Amino acid sequence: MGFLDIDNTTKSYGSVEVLHKVDISIEEGEFLVLVGPSGCGKSTLLNMIAGLEEITSGEIRIKDNVMNGVHPSKRNIAMVFQSYALYPNMTVGQNITFGLEMHGVAKPEREKAMQDVARLLQIEQLLDRKPGQLSGGQRQRVAMGRALVRNPDVFLFDEPLSNLDAKLRVDMRTEIKKLHQSLGTTIVYVTHDQIEALTLSTRIAVMNGGYVQQLGTPQEIYDKPENIFVATFMGSPAMNVVPAVVRVDGGVPQAEIVLFDGSKARLPFSQPNLTAWDGRDILLGIRPEAITDHDSADRKSGNIASLSNRIVVTEPAGSDMFVSMQLGGKDVIARMRSDADVRAGQDFEFAVNMEKAIAFDPETEARIQP
Amino acid sequence: MSVASQDTAIRTGRVTRKLIYLVLVLFALFYMLPLYVMLVNSVKPLSEITGGGMMNLPQAFTLEPWAKAWSSAQIGVEPTGLAPYFWNSIKMVVPAVAVSTVLGALNGYVLTKWRFKYDTILFGLMLFACFIPFQIVLIPMARMLGLMGLAGTTWGLALVHVVYGIGFTTLYFRNYYAVFPTELIRAAQIDGAGFFQIFWRILLPSSGPIAVVSVIWQFTNIWNDFLFGASFAGADSQPMTVALNNLVQASHGVKEYNVHFAGAILAAMPTLLVYIVAGRYFVRGLMAGSVKG
Ligand SMILES: Nc1ncnc2c1ncn2[C@@H]1O[C@H](COP(=O)(O)OP(=O)(O)OP(=O)(O)O)[C@@H](O)[C@H]1O
Ligand SMILES: [Mg+2]
Repeated sequence: MGFLDIDNTTKSYGSVEVLHKVDISIEEGEFLVLVGPSGCGKSTLLNMIAGLEEITSGEIRIKDNVMNGVHPSKRNIAMVFQSYALYPNMTVGQNITFGLEMHGVAKPEREKAMQDVARLLQIEQLLDRKPGQLSGGQRQRVAMGRALVRNPDVFLFDEPLSNLDAKLRVDMRTEIKKLHQSLGTTIVYVTHDQIEALTLSTRIAVMNGGYVQQLGTPQEIYDKPENIFVATFMGSPAMNVVPAVVRVDGGVPQAEIVLFDGSKARLPFSQPNLTAWDGRDILLGIRPEAITDHDSADRKSGNIASLSNRIVVTEPAGSDMFVSMQLGGKDVIARMRSDADVRAGQDFEFAVNMEKAIAFDPETEARIQP
Repeated sequence: MSVASQDTAIRTGRVTRKLIYLVLVLFALFYMLPLYVMLVNSVKPLSEITGGGMMNLPQAFTLEPWAKAWSSAQIGVEPTGLAPYFWNSIKMVVPAVAVSTVLGALNGYVLTKWRFKYDTILFGLMLFACFIPFQIVLIPMARMLGLMGLAGTTWGLALVHVVYGIGFTTLYFRNYYAVFPTELIRAAQIDGAGFFQIFWRILLPSSGPIAVVSVIWQFTNIWNDFLFGASFAGADSQPMTVALNNLVQASHGVKEYNVHFAGAILAAMPTLLVYIVAGRYFVRGLMAGSVKG
């Protein structure tokens, strides 16, 4: 059993099931990120952990104690809300200590806990202000202080950074990560931002339509997506997915894809069991950074294939150059060095890192397991 | 506030502006006229009024009519003045306003933050209370008060007003709390606050504007009510409005207009006071739901 177990949990509103048999177990000190598009049920799941939504079936356990039906305040959790939800009529200090007061902690201890947290988050000079007199970033800190002061078993965050501007968001992201590393707390964090998910988490649960599509470390999610949804949702720009046919040549399975002019090219797979798919259609998934020029191709890769194709558009983006082309009738994006010598309309020799290529079954959209 | 209104004000020429002010002043004077008539005539001896010249300023200033209206005028059969009835009204209005406002706030809290099945239907039914004409409930209400042993008492009258007012106060608070962020309630729940702690510590401190609206509305309506007072009050629990009517309608003797005027002003004074003290919050509270943020 883990530290936090979500065991076959479902949620229905009336006859509509919005979460289907969710099964997640995390260890103490883990940073779990729930990520997925709007309406996939992330907040609902988080609220069920918090006790703000009832569990329709299944169990949620914290430290092996069943939480079904336990009041939110008795679960020893703390939550940071998207809107921060600071009590507008109380000062920052009162906001931070309100939970302790409600739990019957004596005043001197409350004061001390408040000072400790304020020092940790560097909000000591704000303690006497009202939330209305704070900036967005300061409110964010106070909201975290209110969660930290309770010293809970599990921290729950519901899109805590989505109200901040881009720069502050990156700063606070780093700050949350530092906090997690120094305090070693267990965190469940909801976001729809896949970058946030990849940077913060120790594990990610990618959700869609009320199902957990994949649960894994950021590396697993990124490199070995279980299906096309996960593959295209995580990563920016998204993974290229192109139709291909498997051809076995000399015992080696190859992906046959149609180029811009209708001619065909073959790229050899590094996945031997694909020989079983000889002659069948698949979907080939390649991340943009796995398509480059030969000079900057990954030297550690044992399988770099050449691909000649015409460049349609080049988009310089500061550190990178995004180059788009036609493959299998789809727009495909390659990520090159910013100083790559490429022009629109040029025929170019690309290097494709086929070690990173992933084959999907076009029927089920699931990954063909190696 | 003033900065914003300057920015949004339509620019007008000086002549147009003066014209607008002129019209506004005229309107204001027109509306003030009755008050003027009442005030002037309440400080004149009766002879000056009966001699004609209602609009004239008093030649012999006297507070006699005020004293008489307050403490010695004939109300019904007793020469008690309006004073005891004034206190009757206070004893009826204060608990009725307080209770109906608190109940309205509680209802609004439950209807928006502790949703349950059929809560919107329940709210719809409560709204009906705002549309039921007074006359329809007179007889059933009299019967209920009789059954509860409250017939003819100030408490009974207060109860009637509480019941009648809850529809309005619930409407006010429900609409106000509907835009109050639910996340705050959830945060308080996680912090361990209970149902009433959330109400007292989180919700009520942020309810100032709408509480003012509710209090003003309830106060003026209950204070000014005549029908319920005339129907349900006993001889010694009659409110100010009924007493004023008895004073003015007294059929015997000379009609002491100056005393009537003074009495009428006395009867209107509390509502006037409430408006002056809390009036500026009134509009703010009414607007609060629509222009938040
Ligand atoms: N009270 C409710 N009654 C019925 N359906 C609801 C209710 N609350 C949420 N839902 C549905 O449950 C699904 C999941 O909602 P949820 O708020 O968990 O989404 P989310 O993943 O947090 O999305 P977002 O990123 O937009 O916040 C949605 O389809 C939503 O319509
Ligand atoms: Mg959400």
